[in-house]
Amino acid sequence: MMLSTALSPAQPASWVGNVRVAAVVTVLLAGIVCGAYPLAVWGLAQLLFPWRANGSLMRAAGGEAMAIVGSELLGQGFVEPRYFHPRPSGAGDFGHDPASSGGTNLGPTSARLISGLTGDAAGPGRGESFAGVAALVVRYRRENELAASIAVPADAVTRSASGVDPHISVRNARLQAPRVARARGMDRIELERLVAAHTQGRDLGFLGEPRVNVLTLNLALDARERHR
Amino acid sequence: MTFIGFLQLALFVALLTALTRPLGAYLGRVLDGGATPLDRLLRPLERLIYRSAAIDPAREQSWPEYASALLALSLVTLLFTYALLRLQDVLPLNPSPDALGTPLTPDLAFNTAASFTTNTNWQSYSGEDTMSYLSQMVALSLHNFLSAAAGIAVAAALVRGITRDRSRGIGNFWVDVVRITLYLLLPLSLPYALFLVSQGTIQSFGEYVTAAPLEGHGAAATQLIPRGPMASQVAIKMLGTNGGGFTGANAAFPFENPSPLTNFVQMLSIFAISSGLIHYFGCTARARAHAWTLWAVCLVLFLAGATALWWAEAAGNPQFHALGVDPADGNLEGKEVRFGVFSSALFATLTTDASCGAVNAMHDSLTPLGGLVALFNIQAGGVIFGGVGVGLYGLLLFVILAIFIAGLMVGRTPEYLGKKIEAFDVKMATLAILVTAFGILGFSGWAAASTWGTSQLGNAGPHGLTEILYAFSSAVGNNGSAFAGLRTSTPWWNLTLGLAMLFGRFFVIVPVLALAGSLAGKKRVPSGAGTFPTAGLTFGILLAGVIIIVGALTFVPALVLGPAEEHFLMHAGRQF
Repeated sequence: MMLSTALSPAQPASWVGNVRVAAVVTVLLAGIVCGAYPLAVWGLAQLLFPWRANGSLMRAAGGEAMAIVGSELLGQGFVEPRYFHPRPSGAGDFGHDPASSGGTNLGPTSARLISGLTGDAAGPGRGESFAGVAALVVRYRRENELAASIAVPADAVTRSASGVDPHISVRNARLQAPRVARARGMDRIELERLVAAHTQGRDLGFLGEPRVNVLTLNLALDARERHR
Repeated sequence: MTFIGFLQLALFVALLTALTRPLGAYLGRVLDGGATPLDRLLRPLERLIYRSAAIDPAREQSWPEYASALLALSLVTLLFTYALLRLQDVLPLNPSPDALGTPLTPDLAFNTAASFTTNTNWQSYSGEDTMSYLSQMVALSLHNFLSAAAGIAVAAALVRGITRDRSRGIGNFWVDVVRITLYLLLPLSLPYALFLVSQGTIQSFGEYVTAAPLEGHGAAATQLIPRGPMASQVAIKMLGTNGGGFTGANAAFPFENPSPLTNFVQMLSIFAISSGLIHYFGCTARARAHAWTLWAVCLVLFLAGATALWWAEAAGNPQFHALGVDPADGNLEGKEVRFGVFSSALFATLTTDASCGAVNAMHDSLTPLGGLVALFNIQAGGVIFGGVGVGLYGLLLFVILAIFIAGLMVGRTPEYLGKKIEAFDVKMATLAILVTAFGILGFSGWAAASTWGTSQLGNAGPHGLTEILYAFSSAVGNNGSAFAGLRTSTPWWNLTLGLAMLFGRFFVIVPVLALAGSLAGKKRVPSGAGTFPTAGLTFGILLAGVIIIVGALTFVPALVLGPAEEHFLMHAGRQF
């Protein structure tokens, strides 16, 4: 600090002085960037895009008291044959938990990821079981009655980064469609039309990937049955 | 690797190029006190801050004064955040569920405060089950603005050091931080946040929503949907290359990054300011050709990384393919369908180039070579465009090293833009570069040889070593992304990572400011016939070589034992 006093004798920068300035600057800037700014975004967001700003919440049409069934942007679990199934999930203890988001974080040579873990009370997983990709491939083929020669879509047997990926790939939806049609006694052509209506192309025609929103599609399937 | 992917990459580069000049020109007005269109609105606010804090905006600081002001602000904000995190249970804006109503443990609060103060945004927690709305909005977001502003301020100080002639001062830190926050970060964040909301990002103070899923039964009968003031924080986390997610899944969480369109804008915003800063440097130093050479070196290194990572992820995992998974889909473990392989690979490249650290795919589940590229980008010093400010001053350190090496080869005292580069300058540049290598390898070696380190691994085999190496590369490099299988919320990990982050930030910034002060005091000499040209292909290759060799030679042994070995074992069908 000798150099500093030599350079500017008019106003020696002391540590105490700097800390005082820092404290005042912190409080004032915090008022702006942590107070005024997020509140301004909140006010404008609630005014202009209230549905989006509050979580794009979906309600079941005609359901009792119009209960909230989820968010358009968040995936949820489906296992019954009459619904389209989402990707497997590593979020939370039971999957698809947006309050505990995340992927498996298992690497490409992980035995747990590929071969899975069966519930063995004495084993390393202490009774925990985890379906590996191998088991998920078998299950997907069995559920959808696919021949062994048909390659399984990767998104159907891998867990997403968020654990609440709302989408599946178009090919995954197509392979599931016969099962859903059978379970609902529904015309194949009509179902395919419904799937197409819930398929989003690439944004602006070239950004990202084409995809099918599982929740909105399943809601539409239920709504259609109710109307008949 | 598809045509549509190349099209997106080309558009990304075109838009980045288009943004560089206007942003660079605007940065010049912000950093050197010019008039901006926002003066009428913001000047009174700026003056109010100077008056209240007794700052004389006309007063220039020497480098030690500038450095102590920066350290004082960092210390004060670090303590402020630590206190808020420890007290979040008694402070307001605590929504349901109850988990948010508990204070952070001392080690986690220290780690998080150090992490956000240093612009790292390493997260040993998941936002949605740990942080109250007040902690997110105040304790953490404050640093998203101020640590970004401090980084840009240091870059501006170094640029002033290079361009000024026999000057004592390198600017005024307080003025730089206030002006960057008010005139640059705030006006960009507001419309950005609103755009994100329009696409699905939330901005709500309501409690978490309990939904009844269509097919809910048993344990999954309800789904708890988090809320909070997210959009305002996501905008600045990307612009300021902070990268700390509002939620655990970060930019993969559909609320934070709802669509490929928001993803594209977020990717652009990672690089935008850093790219503009290179142009600002060229204008201020009247060395535009030199600056564009630096920019081109960054672009080439970025494109090389992006294509390599994309290729590795598109090739996928042969062990999956053997089970009957479609090889055409690439590696989708830890990726979102809306982004797919390309947009995930590009995001992973950008976030590691720029020491941003936000992720839209889980890096722990990347293929071995994909993970290697991400790791290499961080270890190269975060200079491939780099974090805001941090990237530019890091790059200029490599430039000085390159010029010194060129000077050794021709046997002349090296000079850079009219400034003689002498022993002190080279020592400072080398010190700042060595700090990174020493920190990463030192801490990683310690962890890999200790129970506290290896007991928390999420993966076995060579991948486990990569998890440790990635954690400390990310911490020392102030990146913040993670191979998140590693469970770092233990006191040992929180403390060592916290120290690594502080080490990687301040042991670089102080030598950089010393360098700025030293250069500022020198006389500018006109360039002569013996001056090494700093623009053009020759210099570009020299600079890229120095960046790669310093990065590669230092870390190659560790990279061979981690990701490279795992790549061959993966192809051999081994599992751990």
